[in-house]
Amino acid sequence: MLLLQAQNNVNSGIMNKSEVVDIINGFLVEEFEIEEEVIHPDATWRDIGIDSLDFVDIVVIIDKEFGVKLKGEDMVDIKTLGQFHELIFQRHQNK
Amino acid sequence: MSLRRVVITGIGAYTAIGKNLDEVLDSLYHGRSGIVFDPLRKEMGFRSGLTGHIESPDLKGLLDRRARVGLPEQGKYAYLATLEALKNAGIDQDYLDRVEAGILYGNDSSSVPVIETIDMIRQKKDTTLLGSGSIFQSMNSTISMNLSVIFKLKGINFTLSGACASGSHALGMGYFMIRHGYQECVITGGGQEINAESMGSFDGLSAFSTREDVPEKASRPFDRDRDGLVPSGGAATVILESYDSAVKRGAPILGEVIGYGFSSNGDHISVPNIQGPKKSLEMAIRDAGIDIREIGYINAHATSTPVGDEKEAQAIYEVFGNHRPWVSSTKSMTGHEMWMGGASEVAYSLLMMHNGFIAPNINFENPDEHSAKLNITAKTVNEGFDMFLSNAFGFGGTNSTLIVRKI
Repeated sequence: MLLLQAQNNVNSGIMNKSEVVDIINGFLVEEFEIEEEVIHPDATWRDIGIDSLDFVDIVVIIDKEFGVKLKGEDMVDIKTLGQFHELIFQRHQNK
Repeated sequence: MSLRRVVITGIGAYTAIGKNLDEVLDSLYHGRSGIVFDPLRKEMGFRSGLTGHIESPDLKGLLDRRARVGLPEQGKYAYLATLEALKNAGIDQDYLDRVEAGILYGNDSSSVPVIETIDMIRQKKDTTLLGSGSIFQSMNSTISMNLSVIFKLKGINFTLSGACASGSHALGMGYFMIRHGYQECVITGGGQEINAESMGSFDGLSAFSTREDVPEKASRPFDRDRDGLVPSGGAATVILESYDSAVKRGAPILGEVIGYGFSSNGDHISVPNIQGPKKSLEMAIRDAGIDIREIGYINAHATSTPVGDEKEAQAIYEVFGNHRPWVSSTKSMTGHEMWMGGASEVAYSLLMMHNGFIAPNINFENPDEHSAKLNITAKTVNEGFDMFLSNAFGFGGTNSTLIVRKI
């Protein structure tokens, strides 16, 4: 389901910010089993319980969902979920 | 330091003949086979489409995502078997935190994660797209590394790879660890993946039975008309503990490990001989310090290959002579559980010992020259015994023998 949606998204190239936010928050809840109530833009990775190994999996999902290739240096200044939403939105727009 | 007594306080099993001890006991008693025909293997070019069959467990709700991501198929089986064994042993996290407790598990492959990883690298040419679980699923030590984290073990922690004797050697090494005072409790066992991919090269050796028309009759250890083994898998866990620790906490004592023997054939890589297994049997008996007439049951390694069963029959006969304890190979029902077999067969034998029966060597219809000299039963025998011996042999000529008694 997620993969199909991802393929459509990657192919269409059209996605607004709220769609990006929904997809990211969606996989954090479904795939990473994070409680919905702790997910908000000011939450840090630690707040939502994402560690460095989880991030290896997030890189894979971001590639599949958005066709965006993340590298370690991209994340240096990303402290909150809101900043992450914005990073992926911008990178997706500028593909 | 004086040598300590080592007892078994818990067992658990997730197998082709049952997903828990109750189901396994029922299958053992009724001589139920877990062998099926898998058409996929024929499509893949296998000589034999025969295999043990296991439902893949869903661990969602039992383990969090981080723990699940690192577990390959046989790791899931091993987790469930260990959960059952710890429960039976009455062991909780508090106990594991307090005493020197570790894990020694038998495993000798993890093919599917390795294949998927390499396929992905070749396709994507980007290792960052492999995900975090790949490495932890791919290594031979996958079971011990994952379970040691899940159960927060602080003691010994490694995997033992000894081909089809892996599980038996794991128990033997755990026995040594406790006997010599290094550990109080060791989670031992064996796990075996059951997918086609892991068995292709073994099938290529023409070692598997091709009696595909009636799958449940294909595995026929010691029978004159056997034509090869049937690959199978799952996991079995055996909790070893010092006798003093078990008594102190009022734990159920299922049996005492009193003998471990081992040897290497120093001969052919795949063709067994008589001298290697015989040496292993004799060493275990010597270690146990018993009279062989005390042994009431032998759970044979016999896999249903023409040469292997013949050599084991001769080794048993040379050691036991005119004392003819009951003999059966539970592989007639389970298929060959390989890395796991040496551990699961101790668990199966314990179930028999505590329920007063000998499980049948199903499909044993006609003996050959050598199996005719043993007391092999093709039917369930409603007779108790107080001591058993369990053999496990593997490629490279590695041999392992364990002796367990009721106390």
